[in-house]
Amino acid sequence: MAVPSFLARERIVARPGFNRWLIPPAALAVHLCIGQAYATSVYKTALVADFDSSLTAIGIVFSIAIVMLGLSAALFGTWVDRNGPRAAMFVSACFWSVGFLVGAAGIATDQLWLLYLGYGVIGGIGLGIGYISPVSTLIKWFPDRPGLATGMAIMGFGGGALIATPLSRQLMGWYDPAYDGTAATVASGDAVAKLFVTLGLVYLVFMMFGAFIVRVPAEGWKPAGFDPSTVKAKSLVTTNSVSAANAIKTPQFWLLWIVLFCNVTAGIGILEQASPMIQDFFRENGTSTVAVTAAAGFVGLLSLFNMGGRFVWSSTSDFIGRKPIYMVYLGVGLVLYVLLATVGSTATWLFVILAALIISFYGGGFATAPAYLRDLFGTYQVGAIHGRLLTAWAAAGVAGPLIVNRVLDTQGTPGELVAGDYRPALFIMVGLLAVGFVANLLVRPVASRFHEPTADALFSDPTPEASTTR
Amino acid sequence: MSTAHGTSATPPQTTHTPVGLIAFAWTLVGLPLAYGLYQTISTASKLFTG
Repeated sequence: MAVPSFLARERIVARPGFNRWLIPPAALAVHLCIGQAYATSVYKTALVADFDSSLTAIGIVFSIAIVMLGLSAALFGTWVDRNGPRAAMFVSACFWSVGFLVGAAGIATDQLWLLYLGYGVIGGIGLGIGYISPVSTLIKWFPDRPGLATGMAIMGFGGGALIATPLSRQLMGWYDPAYDGTAATVASGDAVAKLFVTLGLVYLVFMMFGAFIVRVPAEGWKPAGFDPSTVKAKSLVTTNSVSAANAIKTPQFWLLWIVLFCNVTAGIGILEQASPMIQDFFRENGTSTVAVTAAAGFVGLLSLFNMGGRFVWSSTSDFIGRKPIYMVYLGVGLVLYVLLATVGSTATWLFVILAALIISFYGGGFATAPAYLRDLFGTYQVGAIHGRLLTAWAAAGVAGPLIVNRVLDTQGTPGELVAGDYRPALFIMVGLLAVGFVANLLVRPVASRFHEPTADALFSDPTPEASTTR
Repeated sequence: MSTAHGTSATPPQTTHTPVGLIAFAWTLVGLPLAYGLYQTISTASKLFTG
């Protein structure tokens, strides 16, 4: 599928002297917008009231969006790599914005299917393309610090929710004066529809700014003073190239898929239930000692650690290596989960610290994945490979809440649950993290038969197992 | 900051990225992020005060 010339990769090749520090804000401009996907809870109750529907029916909108994120990232990853970040950011901005506008039409006309189609399907495609759009570009601009570079962008996805949540409350308050932003009042459907239109237009402008300033490095470019041989010296890091088509034939890809799936499922288990969970953990004689406002504070704190973990842990991986940092995410995460299940209810401060660290590992797992892929498969089609890996996120987005909700349904009634009722779900997460830990341990360098042929190899070996999808 | 190592016979035109453009771009993404951080920290503080 060809793109108009103003979007083409050839048009955005940077000239010598271009400053690479213009690329992270371009990536952040996209990720800060699509990170709104994590802020859907802010208008969930308003939509339930407006459609006279259930939380499950409204929650499906978010589930569809995350599934579409995974599917579109997997399907369009190769297209993104071939056409470059400007085309990808442009297309993502259009889908994400149109998704909001169609969703707004659905809310305004009381047609839930239009909301599913708009925010869920159309917006979800924008999410997937937008999420992977700057990743391979950042890795190529920062070959010396790929973890830092992708951590900055993917931190933006976490930051997007931090912006969208209070902004949505303020906007809904302007559009519906009866709504004061507290749980005691609910915004009207009309206010949510206007919010969707506003967000759709603002995000369109913001994301187009990212598309406008983004550039790709020229072939063979490297930062001043950077010696690629110092990177190659680290274990698991390759200077060879593996195509996306070949990558999914390797055990390494599927081991990483399992690692990401387990890490995300375990994190979502806490994120989804954060507010009721802290209240249930400290319930005595039917009454929680944690107030609703304090529980909201806990959710905010988790958002901060989710965002901070993306940047801090991913940057740390540049120094200690990708495999060791995932051993921390999964191994230490496992211990923290056991502590949460066994002694987490003894003190609020202990519960908060344990949960916050677990969520920082959850964020770190997302942000470090592209750099891990770069190490194993090279930069050649890392965006497309990352896109395929994100199907693990889509699967975890379904599995995580399902596990927690199913377990809690068997334990009692919401509002009456106590810490012990969470233990079965938490120990399932411990098991998942153990599986992920073993999968990470099994990761070895990719076999040379999957490498794309180099000029030298073509002369020496005329029949390598090379991809046909260049 | 950055150098190019092209292989073509005629060296490509060089460019200079204005510092103002870099500052503007970082400000544009930094301001909303700072707003979000401030709001979230305000909310999170209720965990210890609320």
